Amino acid sequence: MKIKKVIIACGIIVLSLLKLSGQTQAIKFVDAEKYWKTPKDTVLVINFWATWCKPCIEELPCFEKINSRFPNKKIKVILVSQDYASDMDTRVNPFLKKKGIMSEVWLMNEKDPNTWIDRVSPGWSGAIPATLIVLPNGSYEGLYETSFTCEELYLLLEPLVK
Amino acid sequence: MKTLLLILLVVAVPLIGNAQGMSIGEKPAVQLASGYAPGDRAESFSLKNVDGAQVSLDNFSDAKGFIVVFTCNHCPFSVAYEDRIIQLDKTYKSLGYPVIALNPNDPQIQPEDSYDNMKKRAKQKKFSFPYLLDEGGVYAHKYGATKTPHVYLLQKKADGLSVAYIGAIDNNSKSGAEADQKYLENALKELIAGKEVSVKTTKAIGCSIKYSKS
Repeated sequence: MKIKKVIIACGIIVLSLLKLSGQTQAIKFVDAEKYWKTPKDTVLVINFWATWCKPCIEELPCFEKINSRFPNKKIKVILVSQDYASDMDTRVNPFLKKKGIMSEVWLMNEKDPNTWIDRVSPGWSGAIPATLIVLPNGSYEGLYETSFTCEELYLLLEPLVK
Repeated sequence: MKTLLLILLVVAVPLIGNAQGMSIGEKPAVQLASGYAPGDRAESFSLKNVDGAQVSLDNFSDAKGFIVVFTCNHCPFSVAYEDRIIQLDKTYKSLGYPVIALNPNDPQIQPEDSYDNMKKRAKQKKFSFPYLLDEGGVYAHKYGATKTPHVYLLQKKADGLSVAYIGAIDNNSKSGAEADQKYLENALKELIAGKEVSVKTTKAIGCSIKYSKS
């Protein structure tokens, strides 16, 4: 009985370590868009970033802390990497592991950004960092082509996560 | 004052509503405000080159226009495009469209983008074109550039420099060989053939321009 408990505990630890290791999921834009636009009971905070983008990396901790900043609220962070798909295992995943990133990470597996940037927002030039906020009904609240301080980001999210 | 700034930022920053075009909020007060659209007249400039000399667009009497590229030293996308930019200059300078590169980044924010490092990079890569210091990002701001690399193809007309194309060089930042849409070159070929540019704007992911915080 005791052994069984130990095994279960070990399993949980292993699982949580797996989660810690930050595995990136490569995704096509159409699939990403489909998920974002599907109504759910959650506000989505979708941050476009890359390992080579200094201001992006500087604001990542603010996104990481969203769930603890808004406990018991339905809010989900997705970090969408603009790194090359070929850099996923060599660069992106090691970076996530090193920084201990716990948020869900996708990698936009598309070659031509011109085919999808306007579908995120016609007002987005393609500069990163940029953040898209999706309301629970699947509509886009806004695309923010800017860096955030934690305070600015939380001020923006506060009224959305009633 | 800080609170006021913060409120201003949060209120003013939302760019656009949703993809259906229901825009909410106002245009951001800083950085992304104005800028050119195709067909606009672009302001000429005279800026300091990596060799210390001033370079003015007004002094290229033989040119039919310019390939103005906002770029920098540090951004991996800019670096990935360097060889393609050199090639573009080699091909199109003799056809009347030389490359003019400008670095608008504030070295206080991104030290790799300092003037000294511009000089080093231009030497290393043997830039065949002027690489100008756009101090304070003045012209990037005027033109409406938001990221590096960000291209403005200008055509000389009787009443000034007409913006013919804005956007990306091609559709594959990683590999020019794999790019099957050479947006800028297509626009150049159309201009040279005396045609109207068919694709006037494109978008690409890029490093946000590090504007001075003043």
